[in-house]
Amino acid sequence: MADTELLETPLASLHRELGGRMVPFAGYAMPVQYPAGIMAEHLHTRAAAGLFDVSHMGQAELIGEGAAAALEQLTPADVQILKPGRQRYGVLMTETGGILDDFMVANRGDRLFLVLNASRKHLDIPAIEAVLPAGVKLRPLPDRALIALQGPGAVPALATLAPGVASMKFMDFAEHEIAGVACLVSRSGYTGEDGVEISIPAEQAEAVAKALLALPGVMPAGLGARDSLRLEAGLCLYGNDLDETTSPVEANLVWTMGKRRRTAWDFRGAERCREELDNGPKRLRVGIQPEGRQPARGHTPVQVAGEVVGEITSGGFGPSVNAPIAMGYVARGAAADGTALELLVRGKALPGRVAPLPFAPHRYAR
Amino acid sequence: MAELRFTKDHEWIRLEGDVATIGITDHAQNALGDVVFVDLPEAGREVAEGEACAVVESVKAASDVYAPVAGKVVETNAALVENPALINSAPTGEGWFFKIGGVDAAAVAALMDEAAYAAFVDELA
Repeated sequence: MADTELLETPLASLHRELGGRMVPFAGYAMPVQYPAGIMAEHLHTRAAAGLFDVSHMGQAELIGEGAAAALEQLTPADVQILKPGRQRYGVLMTETGGILDDFMVANRGDRLFLVLNASRKHLDIPAIEAVLPAGVKLRPLPDRALIALQGPGAVPALATLAPGVASMKFMDFAEHEIAGVACLVSRSGYTGEDGVEISIPAEQAEAVAKALLALPGVMPAGLGARDSLRLEAGLCLYGNDLDETTSPVEANLVWTMGKRRRTAWDFRGAERCREELDNGPKRLRVGIQPEGRQPARGHTPVQVAGEVVGEITSGGFGPSVNAPIAMGYVARGAAADGTALELLVRGKALPGRVAPLPFAPHRYAR
Repeated sequence: MAELRFTKDHEWIRLEGDVATIGITDHAQNALGDVVFVDLPEAGREVAEGEACAVVESVKAASDVYAPVAGKVVETNAALVENPALINSAPTGEGWFFKIGGVDAAAVAALMDEAAYAAFVDELA
């Protein structure tokens, strides 16, 4: 794809100023890394704070009486129980019990605020609109940027500009003024670290990003570090670890399904989920630890005793664990922690094992 | 020291006698990013020109390294196994990959010189 066909985020000129190496991602030109490199950006995020532009992700709000109940037709998450000022992670379902997308939903009191994947928002939006009753409206917010500030230093640094952020807990959602700009802040992220995601009106995004980058300990970090951080944290990437063929049960995302929802089974694709919970899914998403130093990447076939039992869906090198790491789907019989695996990398069978996730412990502000 | 020659796959080669030392260029290491693993050929292996004979992996990507000319692998850089980051810090020095013996000098001379390779890289940008 030529650069001219790619969309840009409101921070495009800042990325160039910072020396970001721009690559196509989900139709956007995004920085894969800055001059420091993926390794340094990753390690800095775990030690201090990394600033990520995630403005390519879809933001939207759902307004009107019954918005939560309407959204529940598409997701097994309990949205109605979500209190004002709280956010949660969930999946949107296909008719056949696959995953249409994974997403965040926050209760803003008078509306729901959604964050969708860049590569899926064009499918999510019509799917949501199709289930809305009269009086509930979905409003995409293309004029907002989204910045993730992640790492143990993120909130202490941000609190010097917006003191109220310090008392937020993991998955709290609130409006805060940052550098004179009204922003929507959630204490969440996708790195396994404490931190925040900040939704900002597009025209003020660069000013806010620059104010954050000026804080002590904050370094810009690209998509490359975001990918290695989320893999160490055992978090799924849509398109790699989740797709329309994988169910939330197979994906080990049963925890995103509300208890009430697992009694009522009143969401799209519920039949498959119910059957898999009753009888066990055919395959399961697991962590995979290759032995030695060689990474095993996505699409690597996984064998047990010479027989293919699955495939790696995300794999690479974990800078914080200082070893190759991966996740993927294996047959249920091969999913127990410690199961010996053979990973077929370039025709050679590398030894590996099923490993508990996450590879790097979560450090959320619970 | 003999001058370097270059391939379109971003290997460099330096011929001394009939033994050639091979590595990847500064442009290649920069494009790959932080190298975390390298798989080197066995000593004694006969390689054809253009044959994939080593693998270099960064945090993000894996890439083949090809033999720029035919010959027999006589030595590999053991230091890379312990410290693959040498490929980033000294791509044309301590970060060399392997040596091939019995090399045809004319085949090396036919590869790009430094100016031609620089022009080739500029065209890619």
